Amino acid sequence: MKPPVFDYVSPATLEEAIQALSAPDDGDVKVLAGGQSLVPLLNLRLPQPGRIGDIKGLDELTGITEEAGYLTVGALVRQREAELSDVVRTACPLLHEAIPLIGHTAIRNRGTVGGSIAHADPAAELPTVAACLDAELVARGPGGERTIPAADFFTGFFTTALAEDEILTAVRVRSVGPATGAAYEEVARRHGDFAMAGVAAQVRLDGDTVAEARIAISGVDLAPVRATKAEAALAGRTVDDSILDEAADAAVADLSPSSDLHGSAAYRKHVAGVLIRKAVAAAAARAREAR
Amino acid sequence: MKTREITVTVNGRKRTVTVEVRRTLADFLREDLGLTATHLGCEHGVCGACTVVVDGHTERSCTQLAVQADGREITTVEGLAGPDGELHPVQQALRDNHSFQCGFCTPGFVMSIYGMCEEKKAGRSVPCSRAAIREELSGNICRCTGYQSIVDGAEAALAGAGSDTGKDA
Repeated sequence: MKPPVFDYVSPATLEEAIQALSAPDDGDVKVLAGGQSLVPLLNLRLPQPGRIGDIKGLDELTGITEEAGYLTVGALVRQREAELSDVVRTACPLLHEAIPLIGHTAIRNRGTVGGSIAHADPAAELPTVAACLDAELVARGPGGERTIPAADFFTGFFTTALAEDEILTAVRVRSVGPATGAAYEEVARRHGDFAMAGVAAQVRLDGDTVAEARIAISGVDLAPVRATKAEAALAGRTVDDSILDEAADAAVADLSPSSDLHGSAAYRKHVAGVLIRKAVAAAAARAREAR
Repeated sequence: MKTREITVTVNGRKRTVTVEVRRTLADFLREDLGLTATHLGCEHGVCGACTVVVDGHTERSCTQLAVQADGREITTVEGLAGPDGELHPVQQALRDNHSFQCGFCTPGFVMSIYGMCEEKKAGRSVPCSRAAIREELSGNICRCTGYQSIVDGAEAALAGAGSDTGKDA
């Protein structure tokens, strides 16, 4: 239960950090942000990196800004800071709803927005939010900056499109307009535990009908799953019980979660269906209030 | 580099120490500084026994490295009581409500409740209902399961943390 031996660097600039990642002399290099995923795993000795690059000094990765219809959250922004941010609450209500479900206050005081996304736990809230909103994930490597759409970013179990020598620098989402509401629902054994299943939903209304629905599901596959069939089932319709059933059934039919100690595959599918109904209903109700 | 010199302020005292980079903050406090009141239960961020306050916010000391705390200000449960041993209002509220059984989890609970009281004093909305306290304290585990009296103590501590002095009524 103690971290293995590793080499440690704490670069002062993003350039230095990328250099430190690009020149791995011995073994893997791991980026350390808040450490709320990496340090527990180090304690369990699951990863055995040759070198750790602590990016705490990279001030250019901090800050929350809203500009030209986009909300940008720096990768090093603490989850708690985003949770309490008025800018986040108005520009991205889904993020505001999802963050309190992460761990506990003491975890969110340290854990970063970018760290959770780069860690890519399929049961975690922030990757699911990113998938739901088609977030743009901004990364810097030796070749410069590139923007990776969330659909291409989460490539598998704890696996992302980031190259070994790339660092996630910011997360960008489109700010919501009027008549838009969001909700995040999940089922976990205890508050703060990894969810057996979770659903992120954002609904934009046009009058009483759904102009756009976005739904993503956590905990049911190797990466967050975008429920495109459920989104299509909702488009142009008025949200009521029968359309919620139709959307949930459409989403669940495509899922093939695995069974584990915490729940069978059938149970997870059932839970995902229930959560889709709850999350979409709540998001639609909030959208009506926001008209 | 396998070791590094760090400077931290712990309970008001500035210390400069060379640590192994793989040393967790919890082990640094316990083994290098001899501050053994911070307890280690699960060592992966679940049980909350190692909770300390870093730069004014509660954090787990087992899931961060000592080198990550370089330059920061840390308060452990040893830093709460007054110089003459007078209990901090949070400690007093917990004592008055018998919020302990074996005591292993107590330092973590004290620091989490202290963190809630500090947030309340800073004007942040801290929900103070029993249900909300239970929710907020769900990151601290008491294996004696003495939660009733811990929640009683937390309720009393939060009620006393309304003013900027933080004194119990």
